[in-house]
Amino acid sequence: MRIEVALPVIIPLFFGALALAFWQWRGVQRVVGVVGGLSLTAAGVWLLVAVWKDGVLAMHMGGWQAPFGIVLAADLLSATMVLLTGVMGLIVALYSLVSMTRDHERFGYHPLLQLLLAGVAGAFLTGDIFNLYVWIEVLLVASFALLILGGERAQMEGAIKYVTLNLVSSLILLAAVGLTYGLFGTLNMAELAAYMGEAENTGLVTVVGVLFMVAFAIKAAAFPLFFWLPASYHTPPVAISAIFAALLTKVGVYALIRFFTLMFTEAPEVTQNILLWGSGFTMLVGVLGAAAQFEFRRILAFHSVSQIGYIIMGLALHTPLALAGSLLFILHHSIVKTNLFLISGISYFARGTHELKDLGGLYRTHPGLSVLFLISALSLAGLPPLSGFLVKLMLVRAGLEVEAYWIVAIALITGLLTFYSMVKIWAEAFWKADPRGEQAPANGPAWPGRGGLWLLYAPVAALAALAVLMGVAAEPFLQLAMAAGEQMLDVDAYVEAILGDDAR
Amino acid sequence: MTAEPLLAILVGVLFATATYLMLRRSLVKLVIGLILLSNAANLLIFATSGLTRGAPPLIPEGMLTPDGVVADPLPQALILTAIVISFGVLAFAVVLIHRAYEVVGADDLDEMKDTDT
Repeated sequence: MRIEVALPVIIPLFFGALALAFWQWRGVQRVVGVVGGLSLTAAGVWLLVAVWKDGVLAMHMGGWQAPFGIVLAADLLSATMVLLTGVMGLIVALYSLVSMTRDHERFGYHPLLQLLLAGVAGAFLTGDIFNLYVWIEVLLVASFALLILGGERAQMEGAIKYVTLNLVSSLILLAAVGLTYGLFGTLNMAELAAYMGEAENTGLVTVVGVLFMVAFAIKAAAFPLFFWLPASYHTPPVAISAIFAALLTKVGVYALIRFFTLMFTEAPEVTQNILLWGSGFTMLVGVLGAAAQFEFRRILAFHSVSQIGYIIMGLALHTPLALAGSLLFILHHSIVKTNLFLISGISYFARGTHELKDLGGLYRTHPGLSVLFLISALSLAGLPPLSGFLVKLMLVRAGLEVEAYWIVAIALITGLLTFYSMVKIWAEAFWKADPRGEQAPANGPAWPGRGGLWLLYAPVAALAALAVLMGVAAEPFLQLAMAAGEQMLDVDAYVEAILGDDAR
Repeated sequence: MTAEPLLAILVGVLFATATYLMLRRSLVKLVIGLILLSNAANLLIFATSGLTRGAPPLIPEGMLTPDGVVADPLPQALILTAIVISFGVLAFAVVLIHRAYEVVGADDLDEMKDTDT
């Protein structure tokens, strides 16, 4: 019985319920939100340390042995993702102390955020595919409510597309779970991995695998299933956009990695090929879509699509180095993209608009913000010595090692176009003269006071520091990712850790 | 004759109908399509996991395992969970289209292209 495996699920659920209990007390809810984020981060650190020391951990709910009971399982991949969830939850909870309006908080922002974190952590930790569906629904319901918080027209329109496509994806997932149960008579991931080679009807297994792939590719916003993301991510309050960009598509990508390294590995000529082509198109189409945009947050939303392509590329290449690159890319992208969304929020506070043509002169009035933006933007584009350079180098090298030259070429072209997009934002929002003229006030009417400003800048600065740290002091990150990559490909060890010694 | 082929046809018809409804422009038809789709997925679980009639999975007194072939209770537990979840989610979807109708003033997805690119 390892309690640290269950804690990352229990903690946000507990703090979510606590925040609900203090529905009328806004101040208490804010404290609960921050403490919840802190506790989840601490639990994530504990879990990661435990997994690093003892290998794959499992917790059998209610003492029922897997595969009969529900099992929570944590390997290095899961534990790292959980830690990421905690850090992002904390950062966004801090940032929203200032950026969220009273009305948003009154309609339950803080409990919903905790519920979202619980769903995400549950999805990362579960060792059972039906439970994965349940946790994904938990986080979806929370994200639905967060997306329409405020109830503006654009949010309604975005939410209809978001809700519909995500429900369709969930139902495809549910259908695939049903078919899997019909084929194998089990839903436990480890047991499925053990039985996968014994299936009589391999064609049907591949079809079910592709069904799972479609379901998770919608959630991950991969080509050609990403259209809900650019339609919805720029509509909610910016802290919500930021936590969505950090975590939601990552759940889809995590599930893809889990399914296609652990379970559906019998027909690589089908699944890996689809993933490889899909990743190439995702990278290119996403970055080209971003190049056509002139709204700060829409550019960032399209870049989320393109960066997902890199992560799937690592999965498709399927070597330890490539998988390690994927994991680090997830960390890098969460950190950097969340930071860019948070910065777009601060620039909105300063100017009252997200349109690039109406922005301008931020470098003159807000030099600190400009430096923080530059760090994040250049990291996203992959310039050394920042985090983006490290992860792109890993993926490119993995691609060259297996001689997949065309995907490497696409990845490098995408990097160049990403740089173009980021320079566009820099030139339009920060560098050019303020279109309102020289005498315009530096800040919008809702600019927070000194204390509030500190709370807006501290999370942004922390994330920028993390992005630099990942690039400059890469060694520990690299070690963790390489160990996780090796572990992902060692299916037998995972199966044995979950099912016990009597498994094959 | 077993009921499985019949169920398979029913599931197929439901999936097809749901897809057709979701491709229409009307918001109401969109939600009806989602409801049918969730029913189709639930029936699919029921059909693929095999049907056993008239044999409840009860363990007779004094024994540790059930006697003979019994129905598998797990798919039904899965379906029950899925029904509850989809009930909650679809209730949200119904409220959402009502609010969207109030805000936009039209039951037409083509009127909702502002956030697309």
